[in-house]
Amino acid sequence: MRKTDILQKYPPLMENVLQILHDFQNNNPRNYLSEKDLAMIANYLNVTHSSIYGVVSYYTLFSLKPRGKHIIRICNSPVCHMAGSRDVLTALRKNLKIGFGETTVEGIFTLESTECIGQCDQAPGMSVDGAFYGNLTAKTILPILKSYQE
Amino acid sequence: MTQEHRISLKNAGHINPAKIEDYIAADGYQALKKALGMPAEKIVYELTQSGLRGRGGAGFSTGLKKKFTSEASCILLECMRYIVCNADEGEPGTFKDRIIMEGDPHLYIEGMIIAAYAVGAEKGYIYIRGEYNQSIDMTRKALEQAEARGLLGDNILGSGYSLDIEVKPGGGSYLCGEELTLLESLEGKRGYPRIKPPYPAQKGLFGMPTLINNVETLSHIPAIILNGADWYKRIGTDQSPGTKIFTISGDVNNPGYFEADMGVTLKELIYDLAGGIKDRKKFKSALLGGAAGTFVPEAFLDASMAFESLQEKDTVMGSGAIIVMAEDKSILDMLHSILRFFEHESCGKCVPCRVGTRQLRILLEKLVTNGHTKSTNIDALLQQSEIMAKTSLCPLGQSPVLPIKSAVRHFREELQQS
Repeated sequence: MRKTDILQKYPPLMENVLQILHDFQNNNPRNYLSEKDLAMIANYLNVTHSSIYGVVSYYTLFSLKPRGKHIIRICNSPVCHMAGSRDVLTALRKNLKIGFGETTVEGIFTLESTECIGQCDQAPGMSVDGAFYGNLTAKTILPILKSYQE
Repeated sequence: MTQEHRISLKNAGHINPAKIEDYIAADGYQALKKALGMPAEKIVYELTQSGLRGRGGAGFSTGLKKKFTSEASCILLECMRYIVCNADEGEPGTFKDRIIMEGDPHLYIEGMIIAAYAVGAEKGYIYIRGEYNQSIDMTRKALEQAEARGLLGDNILGSGYSLDIEVKPGGGSYLCGEELTLLESLEGKRGYPRIKPPYPAQKGLFGMPTLINNVETLSHIPAIILNGADWYKRIGTDQSPGTKIFTISGDVNNPGYFEADMGVTLKELIYDLAGGIKDRKKFKSALLGGAAGTFVPEAFLDASMAFESLQEKDTVMGSGAIIVMAEDKSILDMLHSILRFFEHESCGKCVPCRVGTRQLRILLEKLVTNGHTKSTNIDALLQQSEIMAKTSLCPLGQSPVLPIKSAVRHFREELQQS
């Protein structure tokens, strides 16, 4: 979808900024918001560039850096922590050879942490591009990763 | 054996949530029809009489909230009233609103339309956290279906009353679940808390009178309108009528969501409904209410889960999250995870919370390394969390004292030995 088409979907009001940011980011194959995007949105909403930057930098779902094709977000909150999310994280890092906030060399995965995503009855859990995977172990993550590599 | 009693989850899992026909076949939108034939004051009266209290965590009277919003005087000529549904569920251990939104979206939407009519709101927003993709999709679909059937939009069911409801996704912030911060976020700003008062009922979204209710709270309204306040009051306890969804996670055999009468005991929830402790281990503690909650020991298993009885015991119900810890789990490790969580989610607007959440985490880490000064460190931890609670601007900075104080109260020995 063209960026101008995304903007045209919403009245130029600041209350629509989060939705516009989500749409821009989801539309970008590298899953991020560029300086140019922020300028374009600021112009459309008739606000300063800095006020858009302020919003983007506050919320954890937005990125100002290019990311991988798929975003892995492993839950780090108390319930998942208690259920052993640290072991899953170690396995993820070993397998992908990256740390938090980093992207694999071939640009497929970016590894992030998230706070509670409300699937605590299946802890420990993670999401890949928003889809949830629960009851994870160092072993069960392998086929999940593989399904996204193909 | 304690059984579930489902009001807000009556359809979840039994109907196809993507089909409005299924919801209507289960008496859906009958309450809305009835409500539109009632004067708005009568609905507010009925909800106040029912004793329904907010299910988001604070437990404020739903009827009174509506009364304050509908009575808020309009100084401006062009006064708008808003209704906002708080669907920014982010408290660790809590997933009740997600189950309603994914399993029976029309139920809370019906409750929201009735509530909006009762306070005279013309525009509604549902603020759903950005991580809940399925809840967002389900709710959007349900709103479209309701509008196509004249249950939403202009002149609802020919009553002359009109209401538009829009879904707004969040951007990933725990703090935005706090009602005034949520309003800031809805207006398209950074999620910084506002100073209260004024409360949303007087000055809410865009400075206008605004009613904010949680998803679970709204889901109780259709049943109250259909069956009456007296019916509802007979369920639960005197001061906490009705049912509550408890989300049980951690070391239990059957983790999940369970709706039961208020006043059910912790033991019944954990052993009858959630299947008892995993691997035949012994119960050690439950963290009630999530990260912004309180640890309770075994002696509290007989506690009645209702707002007033938990308050008497200096503990909280919060969102209804129950995180169960078996005998081999460490309170210190859990507390560390909680303090790390608050440090991450502190917005940085006010100094006591920005600096304090970090200091608390560091102090706790010192407990592990400084063997001989542990007792002094525990006292410092308590004291600093209390100062923070008194000086912070919003509930986030006021929360760490809850898990810290309860952990020290019930597990001080363990903390000293660790």
